[in-house]
Amino acid sequence: MSSIYEHIGGAPAMDAAVDLFYRHVLSDERICHWFDDVDMARQAAKQKAFLTMAFGGPNNYTGKDMRVGHAHLVARGLNDSHFNAVAENLKKTMEELKVPANLISEALAVAESTRNDVLGR
Amino acid sequence: MPEIRLGDSLYSCGNGETVLECLERHGVAIPSSCRSGVCQTCLMRALSGDPGSLAKQGLRETLQAQNYFMSCVCRPAENLGVALPDQAGLRTRGRIVEKTFLNERIVRLRYAMDTPVDYRAGQFMNLIGPLGDVRSYSLVSVPGVDEFLEFHILLLPGGRVSGWAYTQAAVGDESEMLGPHGACFYVGGRPEQPMLLAGTGTGLAPLYGIVRDALSQGHTGPIHLYHGALKASALYLVDELRAMAATHPNFNYVPCVFHPEGAAEGMQIGDIKRIVLDREGGVAGWRVFLCGDPELVRELQRACFKAGAGLRDILADSFLPNRSPSKPA
Ligand SMILES: Cc1cc2nc3c(=O)[nH]c(=O)nc-3n(C[C@H](O)[C@H](O)[C@H](O)COP(=O)(O)OP(=O)(O)OC[C@H]3O[C@@H](n4cnc5c(N)ncnc54)[C@H](O)[C@@H]3O)c2cc1C
Ligand code: HEM
Ligand code: FES
Repeated sequence: MSSIYEHIGGAPAMDAAVDLFYRHVLSDERICHWFDDVDMARQAAKQKAFLTMAFGGPNNYTGKDMRVGHAHLVARGLNDSHFNAVAENLKKTMEELKVPANLISEALAVAESTRNDVLGR
Repeated sequence: MPEIRLGDSLYSCGNGETVLECLERHGVAIPSSCRSGVCQTCLMRALSGDPGSLAKQGLRETLQAQNYFMSCVCRPAENLGVALPDQAGLRTRGRIVEKTFLNERIVRLRYAMDTPVDYRAGQFMNLIGPLGDVRSYSLVSVPGVDEFLEFHILLLPGGRVSGWAYTQAAVGDESEMLGPHGACFYVGGRPEQPMLLAGTGTGLAPLYGIVRDALSQGHTGPIHLYHGALKASALYLVDELRAMAATHPNFNYVPCVFHPEGAAEGMQIGDIKRIVLDREGGVAGWRVFLCGDPELVRELQRACFKAGAGLRDILADSFLPNRSPSKPA
């Protein structure tokens, strides 16, 4: 197994993972307001982009994309506490998906590596 | 900072700025309406560079393949060469063949089209008003069943396009339209899947189309339609929907009114959101359609998701108001 993405079953399994992750995010008072899009379909696309990246699935995001993609959120106060909350929800989701511990650590490291770009530092 | 090339000019995009905001800041007039990635009025085409997947979310595949994107939700990570599409392939013209008042504030317009439009009930067209304003209206008619395109338009105080539709529009008038757009429609293949539909005001327009489409395609699972209004006289199509419910045992129609005055038998009284949640309980495995008032749509989306519906099974059309800064002359 080279990635969580493959471990959980690739693209077809992502929809269930996205539902699970988004349920956590929506019930998390610390961050749910950042995900208040007018349209669920757009919301799903965002969550999926996030998870695919964190799970090491096919994506072509760069650090620069993360920087630009979150700049308008940083301008509205996005900070470390929000980042930590997202990482926690990610961890919880992977545990529920029965992802092996070593792969979970890997995914959290991937997420962590984007911290400075996401927070615009 | 990424640069945007339009024609022979280069525009520098600020941090976190969208392509639409950047061009407007530089004085370029771009048509826009919802500014939330829904109505597709601000469509552009990328000639070079990648506008990103979020800016293409919801566009039909043929448009995505041609690198169309919505400039109001595109925050470019790299330089982009863009063109304002003539949207020639999306532009059609129709003639009003019927105008009927459905209640004291809602008018139904039926159009005969110059060329056939390939659409699904529940999608929407961007109608260009007589003064050039662009507004989205949902398709009520069902292709293959109806020969016309049908819209239900709610008169808003001071409404530029709804005012025209209600007051001036007359049989024989012609309108230009762009579309169809949108992904809120019935997809066959799971005829037994339970369906929940809810909306207020002319949010019924797409929902009515979707229900008729589902029934005409032989949907067998339960279909629960909730239509809400402030008072009974603001509901519409009550008799038609009751008749449909009488002939289709799997179709259930629940009219909901906020104020009890004038409420007829069978109408639920109270907040439509509460009524839906109290009556439905869990909706795991259901397909959910929500249309109309943006706040209601947003709240019900979340509530239905929490009640078990999958993200991909929740389809919604928020009737977002026009938010373009410049009113076209
Ligand atoms: C995807 C989509 C589908 C739509 N489908 C339909 C449809 O099927 N039927 C339909 O009637 N409308 C529909 N709408 C709304 C429609 O596009 C217009 O926004 C609406 O008709 C008002 O346009 P107007 O030119 O009459 O008003 P405007 O001239 O744009 O606005 C007049 C005044 O009304 C206010 N206003 C605007 N919207 C609202 C509102 N919802 N409630 C209260 N005040 C408001 C404005 O702020 C302004 O002060 C849809 C919108 C979207 C995005
Ligand atoms: C763990 C680090 C993170 C990664 C890897 C990440 C990844 C992504 C990706 C891939 C996108 C889609 C971008 C696009 O396609 O345009 C995105 C968008 C978004 N992210 Fe993150 N993200 C992270 C942290 C956060 C945090 C902490 C928040 C807020 C609490 C957040 C909120 C958002 C929002 C609101 C969007 C949508 C932006 C828009 O609508 O334009 N992200 N993110
Ligand atoms: S989609 Fe951009 S203005 Fe509506």
